[in-house]
Amino acid sequence: MHRGTAALMGVCLATAAVLYLPPLAELVGRRRTVVMVHEWSGVLLPVPLLAGLFSAAFRADLRRLNRFAGHDRQWLRAVLRRRTGRPAGKFNAGQKLYAAWTAGAVLVMAGTGLLMWFPHLAPLVWRTGAGFVHDWLALLVAAVVAGHLWMASRDPEARLGMRTGEVSGRWAEREHPLWRD
Amino acid sequence: MVGRALVPGARGWSNRRVDSESEDHGTPVGRRVVLGMIGLGAAGVAAGPYLQRGVDAALGAVAGKDPTGLTGLLPGAGGFRYYSVTASVPHRGETDYRLTVDGLVDRPGSYRLADLRALPQDRLVRDVQCVTGWRVPHTPFEGVRLSRLLDAAGVRPGARAVRFTCFDGAYSESLTLEQARRSDVLVALRMQDAGISHAHGGPVRLYVAPMYFYKSAKWLSGITVTDKVEPGYWERYGYDVDGWVGRSNGRDDAPTA
Repeated sequence: MHRGTAALMGVCLATAAVLYLPPLAELVGRRRTVVMVHEWSGVLLPVPLLAGLFSAAFRADLRRLNRFAGHDRQWLRAVLRRRTGRPAGKFNAGQKLYAAWTAGAVLVMAGTGLLMWFPHLAPLVWRTGAGFVHDWLALLVAAVVAGHLWMASRDPEARLGMRTGEVSGRWAEREHPLWRD
Repeated sequence: MVGRALVPGARGWSNRRVDSESEDHGTPVGRRVVLGMIGLGAAGVAAGPYLQRGVDAALGAVAGKDPTGLTGLLPGAGGFRYYSVTASVPHRGETDYRLTVDGLVDRPGSYRLADLRALPQDRLVRDVQCVTGWRVPHTPFEGVRLSRLLDAAGVRPGARAVRFTCFDGAYSESLTLEQARRSDVLVALRMQDAGISHAHGGPVRLYVAPMYFYKSAKWLSGITVTDKVEPGYWERYGYDVDGWVGRSNGRDDAPTA
């Protein structure tokens, strides 16, 4: 599921860069093909997550990501003040915010993208606004996803956990002390 | 996404009660963030046209003085964007460029660059408006009026339209004969007071001042007079054939001519 989402997000961002940056556009050309790949990878982006809803374990993770408890606020305060002592369950507050922000951003990008894809869906002012939101949010999404990759690159144990589903007790005790199940 | 910690201190259900409070309950911040993003997105769509104008003005002012060119990467920073419908476009120059004129004409012909330069040149300075939204103000184009080439070839009775083909091998465009004879339709050799670069469709491109820029076919290599309008490349995918700026494609931009 993570891999499916990551692959689609990668395709979206890569094709967006080709559509958007003149040097890449000159290199690749084939504008119509690139547009089609971008549109389809965009609308398919929520599919892996929706498929995941069939899994009880994934639904449990979604519940965890949704709920913020006292320790999450403490975690955020500690991060903002660059202090240690950052209590977290299976997901820390940063991961929860990242998940929610990305989910919202994907929905907004899909909505504004569809407005531009099917120009007869809505009046022109909507389309201009959709283009504005789509362009600027795309830059933010690229920056946030880059941040996500950077954090992952600095934590081999977390990457191992994503690949295998298992993490060591010591790592979990240090990074996610409140995680029990 | 789903994993299990091998936590030495975890003692099953005895801890579970305490944790269930922190892990499954609490404020649904995630849901609020998602809904908040959707709300902000909708607000952005509503306010977008006004914000866009402000951003355009601000970035336009900065981009002119920005030596790094980084502002050119931001949305709405102005300037041209490169669009090509093919994988690569050959380069044509002094020796191998040809512009053919044929179809319903008495004297089909072919022009080299030097032939086109030898004809009287017109200069137009208008805004360029792309149908995808970007606009570049006061862009000079110079070249031969299309009507001059049509007159030289002798358009036959029964001709209604002109079809343009390009040496990228794929792009095409069309105008009615009446549109093609307008004085603000050029076979352009210069743009922004320099020879047209390859990226901008050089050495020769069409310039249809009053229409969206997709009508101004790049890498122009063929002019064919026909008895009816044949929709061009993007027009087969839904763009309007009569691409007047501000009066087509569902847009209301300020006219460029």
